[in-house]
Amino acid sequence: MDGDRRHLLLWFFAAATAVKLLLIPSYRSTDFEVHRNWLAITHSLPLSEWYFDETSQWTLDYPPFFAYFERFLSFFARLLDPKIVDLHKGLDYSADSVVYFQRITVIFSDLCLLLGVYRLTRKVETLKRNLICVLVVWSPGLLMVDHVHFQYNGFLLGWLLLSVSFLQDGRDLIGGFLFAVVLCFKHLFAVAAPVYFVYLLRHYCWAGLATGLRRLVALGSVVVAVFAAAFGPFIYNGQIQQVISRMFPFGRGLCHAYWAPNFWVFYIMLDKGLAFTLRKLGFDVQVPSASFTGGLVGDSSPFAVLPQITPLTTFVMVLLAITPCLIKAWKKPQPGLVARWIAYAYTCGFLFGWHVHEKASLHFTIPLAIVAVQSLEDAKHYFLVSIVSCYSLFPLLYEPQEYPIKVLLLLLHSMVMWLGFTALYSDEKALKKEGGEIKSKFEMGCIEKGYLIGLVLVEIVSQFLHPYFLGDRYAFMPLMLISTYCAVGIMYSWIWQLLKILT
Amino acid sequence: MPKKNHSGDGTAAPLPVPPIDTWWWLSHKGTTTSFLCISLFALLIRSAVSMFPYSGAGTPPKFGDFEAQRHWMEITTNLPAIDWYRNGTNNDLTYWGLDYPPLTAYQSYIHGLLLRFFNPDSVSLFSSRGHESYIGKLLMRWTVLSSDALIFFPAALFFVLVYHRNRAKSQVAWHIAIILLNPCLILIDHGHFQYNCISLGLTVGAIAAVLCGSEVLTCVFFTLALSHKQMSAYFAPAFFSHLLGKCLRRKNPILSLLKLGIAVIVTFVIVWWPYLHSVDDFLMVLSRLAPFERGIYEDYVANFWCTTSILIKWKKLFTTPSLKFMSLAATVLASLPSMVHQIFSPSNEGFLYGLLNSSMAFYLFSFQVHEKSILMPFLAATLLALKIPDHFNHLTYYALFSMFPLLCRDNLLLPYLTLHLLFTLIYHSQLPKTKASSFSFTNFPGYVFLLRTHFVISLVLHVVYLTIQPPQKYPFLFDALIMILCFSYFVMFAIYTNYTQWNFSSHFRSADKEKKQI
Repeated sequence: MDGDRRHLLLWFFAAATAVKLLLIPSYRSTDFEVHRNWLAITHSLPLSEWYFDETSQWTLDYPPFFAYFERFLSFFARLLDPKIVDLHKGLDYSADSVVYFQRITVIFSDLCLLLGVYRLTRKVETLKRNLICVLVVWSPGLLMVDHVHFQYNGFLLGWLLLSVSFLQDGRDLIGGFLFAVVLCFKHLFAVAAPVYFVYLLRHYCWAGLATGLRRLVALGSVVVAVFAAAFGPFIYNGQIQQVISRMFPFGRGLCHAYWAPNFWVFYIMLDKGLAFTLRKLGFDVQVPSASFTGGLVGDSSPFAVLPQITPLTTFVMVLLAITPCLIKAWKKPQPGLVARWIAYAYTCGFLFGWHVHEKASLHFTIPLAIVAVQSLEDAKHYFLVSIVSCYSLFPLLYEPQEYPIKVLLLLLHSMVMWLGFTALYSDEKALKKEGGEIKSKFEMGCIEKGYLIGLVLVEIVSQFLHPYFLGDRYAFMPLMLISTYCAVGIMYSWIWQLLKILT
Repeated sequence: MPKKNHSGDGTAAPLPVPPIDTWWWLSHKGTTTSFLCISLFALLIRSAVSMFPYSGAGTPPKFGDFEAQRHWMEITTNLPAIDWYRNGTNNDLTYWGLDYPPLTAYQSYIHGLLLRFFNPDSVSLFSSRGHESYIGKLLMRWTVLSSDALIFFPAALFFVLVYHRNRAKSQVAWHIAIILLNPCLILIDHGHFQYNCISLGLTVGAIAAVLCGSEVLTCVFFTLALSHKQMSAYFAPAFFSHLLGKCLRRKNPILSLLKLGIAVIVTFVIVWWPYLHSVDDFLMVLSRLAPFERGIYEDYVANFWCTTSILIKWKKLFTTPSLKFMSLAATVLASLPSMVHQIFSPSNEGFLYGLLNSSMAFYLFSFQVHEKSILMPFLAATLLALKIPDHFNHLTYYALFSMFPLLCRDNLLLPYLTLHLLFTLIYHSQLPKTKASSFSFTNFPGYVFLLRTHFVISLVLHVVYLTIQPPQKYPFLFDALIMILCFSYFVMFAIYTNYTQWNFSSHFRSADKEKKQI
């Protein structure tokens, strides 16, 4: 039975790999060159210069474990084609060798994701396991971001899922260890650190004075060891300041150029709306000199009417948003709810964070997939949020060649989800009959259906009607429309998750 | 408990088979929903393969099939219909002259209008020769994609609905996946660049019409298919013999035949109308369709003439007219058993085997066969996949392998390997239950060993072809070896399917006898 299960998991992975291989010649974003440059930096330069090099504008801004990972990959890159890792000659290198090499490393690193899913679904029944596999391994968002746009999210999320799986098994020390490892790969994962902290403290270390203290020391030393392994060499070289400044470049603006669909979209639109109305009413409202996507220009604020938002403000807001979840975790730390809390934490981070990228929506959609099969309401919620977050990633692939691919990926995903959920929540008696129509309890509400149909309309307007009627004018409008519409969906998801956690 | 793998020929599947129930959650909503889901995936795969290079990409002055199709769009949108097949100052037939029947020309015209609307430079007379651009490639690829979605997919749905009246839903879903994710069709149409999906789609429509008994519709669809690509004639003996057999069993055979004949003639006249005003015009088109001057074979295709030409130099020993006659005779002889069987005992199952046998006979013995022509027998095999799963598995492998040199020339190696992988995954996702047939090659001693050796040699050839340079004296040595290997498998396959079809009537008769005895 176990071999059967493993084979099925591998089957899912192999099918996804076939699609990924066919996506190799597709559009690559600048992230591709970023990672190639990091291969070059870590290979050609000594450790002491990794975070100082500025040969290319794509400087190293991930924590050291990722740099070590790139170093490991660069070994194979050099064997294949030395020009890939050449610091100067390899700039903007786009020959077949580097494209195939990098794409295939992403495909291989997805094995980490597979391992995470494998561990997580060991004790789950067949249909639910298949569904989780489909939702994670065949996630359209992951395919679009990792295998077209180019990133290593599958790899990183795999570590996160492994950590969650250990926590769910009650093996908190290893769970904590793995989370510390993930943090040293990509610091964006730190949004869930408060949840981990509270949960581990309450669940692992709250066991009487002696055991508790012993466990606390054990946990603490494990985490410190991981951080030491990562940052140690840089602290030794006295470069920790530079590393931190590279990891947290607060010179960037509140929003990314493509306006991730989060809370700040509403705040900005409110500000613009108020400024417009006040001007019409005769008040003298200055047009701000700064922009939302640019950096903080001295004291000037990009907001005309509403108070300025600083990185500190966003930090406090994220923390405030996570607090209900932390209180729940403190009162009753249950291993089964960990995935839910972590997904919630990442949702808060996405909604209220500073300079959030749409790609960050993967951080909560993937953990939510584990939760989605636990109840009918979870399934309905996941259906909506997964489609919205996948759609919000559409502007990333803006070339016409990828248009059919991204639309088909989303449609296919929606259809498979729908089929899977209707099968999971169907009437028991109907399952026995082969020919009859199976009635299912999985039915979306009117508002949800209306919202999803609205999504189709938004796409038609932004993709076809706007270029046809307005051409190149107001080019920001389609993006704004998509961001705002998706932000509504994600806000709904946040509120729903919050209510679910509190009740 | 995983089901034991009772594959017919003893070569055990490398992956253990997941239980049949594994996929019920995907197929529980019925055939049409499963079809929709699988067709979304099939379109996704096609869109992805479309990103790869097409035939003749970046190789002036002649380029390849892509340039030919683009040139036909240029000709049809700029010249009147009567000039499309005629050599003239505006239409130089030596540069990719039209060599398919009028329906291809009409289809090129419609697609050409689309291209002209979005990218006029790609179809302007003369100046667009060798035009290669991002948007031009994209538009051309989308015309193939849309043709596939509008013609082949609905035809496949029609077939599946008619063929699978009472079968387990998971098996139906498996069959749909096999038909829609036809690796050869995807690689040729969406990789190399052709429009086989239209003529094959119309053929599938005709086959489905036969299965549901509407013979007039069959004639219309098949005539349309013939008017799109003359290669559809590979299936003609099967259609002809089956319909004749059915008509002979009616009360008034002459009337039935007359009805069908009229349907064919009316459809033919409607499609060929611009070229029926004079005998010269008609002959002009016909001469373009059958370029006998190109010789009995070209390149290295795995059929009889090309393979045996290693030992018997046909082109040197015989003149083209005598070779024409010999190939005709051989083709007729090879398709005779299947035709005779259908005339005397027509049946739906027998018809499907007949399609396979006649198209295979044409592939092996016909004049001027290309590697791409394996699509015809392969399509018939996909329709029969549930009945002959093991042989179908091997056929897919060798059909793809026979196109391997062509695909390598087009830089489509990665899609080739990926579609192999995808096919293997789909095939093994659920092995259908096969009835043990009375005749199976596995009963022959050494067959399994032969098959395994074949397979190992082919794997070695894959690697050798890609890495080692052939000797100067025999630059096409590896192509020839691939050809021999594929040909030997095709012959074994053809013998098996002919024998199976021939035994069909005896199976029916014995089943009837049993019923009477009970």
